[in-house]
Amino acid sequence: MAHHELTTPVSEAQMRQLRIDDTVTLQGTLYGIRDATQIHLFDRGRTTRFDLRGHAVIHTAPNVRKVEPSAAFPAGYESICVGTTTSDRMERFTRPLMAQLGVRIIIGKGGLREDSLAAFGELGGVYLAIIGGTAALESTWIEQIEDVDLDDLNPESLWKFRIRDFGPLRVAMDSYGGSLYETVRVDAQARRAQALASLGVGVGANAEKKA
Amino acid sequence: MNIDLPAVEEAAKELYIRALKILPPDIKAGFTKLTESETAPTAQSVLATMVTNIQVAEDTENMLCQDTGLPIYNVTIGRNVSVDGHALMLAIRRGCERATHEHPLRSSVVHPITRKNEHSSCGAGVPVIHIDFSDADEVFDIEMIPKGSGSENNSFLKMAIPAEGVDAIKTFVIDCVLAAGGKTCPPTIIGVGVGGTSDLCVALAKRAATRPLGSVCSDAEGAKLETQLLKAVNLLGVGPQGLGGDSTAFAVHIELAATHITMNPVAVNMQCHSARRARARFSPSGVTYGF
Repeated sequence: MAHHELTTPVSEAQMRQLRIDDTVTLQGTLYGIRDATQIHLFDRGRTTRFDLRGHAVIHTAPNVRKVEPSAAFPAGYESICVGTTTSDRMERFTRPLMAQLGVRIIIGKGGLREDSLAAFGELGGVYLAIIGGTAALESTWIEQIEDVDLDDLNPESLWKFRIRDFGPLRVAMDSYGGSLYETVRVDAQARRAQALASLGVGVGANAEKKA
Repeated sequence: MNIDLPAVEEAAKELYIRALKILPPDIKAGFTKLTESETAPTAQSVLATMVTNIQVAEDTENMLCQDTGLPIYNVTIGRNVSVDGHALMLAIRRGCERATHEHPLRSSVVHPITRKNEHSSCGAGVPVIHIDFSDADEVFDIEMIPKGSGSENNSFLKMAIPAEGVDAIKTFVIDCVLAAGGKTCPPTIIGVGVGGTSDLCVALAKRAATRPLGSVCSDAEGAKLETQLLKAVNLLGVGPQGLGGDSTAFAVHIELAATHITMNPVAVNMQCHSARRARARFSPSGVTYGF
């Protein structure tokens, strides 16, 4: 359970160093994406002027204030509250994010599924778990909204954040087939019978007749 | 007591912003309780981060969660209260829209087919406004709930049949919690609707999920089931954020209604750990804010 300080962009070799339950703190640049961003990129053939190779993306759609562009607010947006949304809805976009755009780190909450795990293994990437619903804290790790693309999708634009000490985040899915979510899911499923027995399910008159 | 509509508009705006920033004391107490009983180190660290976030939100006057949710306003009108009902609905809607523009807040509301966002947190049928009545004299309450989508996306209805009995209700709740995993931002409040028609059953589940922690089902059988189900759910080991642990749920809340001789409906609606709500009470002495 090592801790890693990483500055984006990262290399495949750096990703192969990470194992589940390690922690990571990120520096540099972080891109914000969400459902509509990826639907437009991968289903509707739109493109971005950003180079995401080796970068980290976070499943988000921030609360922002529109302001006059300036040195402090180069994109014309002030960050108010940046948090993380449930990743599972965006499962099918992990592979194109990595294969087509070169993304190596996905930050989200609640986890992703089998195909994402396979993509992390084949292409060299990880899923970092952030604590969902802790946006006030997360917002203190965002220094600036540096740029924005596909802004007609606002708030589901493609956001470019400058970050400082973003984390610690937990490696919850690694490039070796490890997934904390899968471990917990299998374990919870195994406890189902015990939970139902504690509720007396299956011990009523009906169950006896069936037996 | 006559209700002043500009004051309602102001309260509707204020309530949305307050709800997003200050967690009710019963939810904070819920975190304390879970922290005392949690045995998994990872879960302890997740809970600690959530508690830190509550403090950071208050210190920085920021929102607890980025998700501004679907805005829900529950209005309860007491006796000897006079208000123009239609104008009341419009005033709440204006307040919701003003909160979005004036704070500003992310509008999370889109047309369901075109997905167009009007950037007002309003749309067809949204904000959701429920009107109810009470026997309290000269009291008028507005409760505001920004319902987060991560938990709302895990909403379930089963039209079970009488032959399946109460076992169907118990099994359904357990299977819903397993299906939701970490997607609902656990620890959650698991709202269970039992009985009624299909639509009433789902509405009961939502009412149950948004009840304060520590409240108990007014029906004795329902109350008994609440305790049993909480113990069972927390045996599953889903844990905070689905990363494992004892703290899968703060509570299981049940709301019930009578149902048909041929029916046995059960619905589940979950509230995430950022179980936000705020309340404004109008009385002859003025407006007071609370939870």
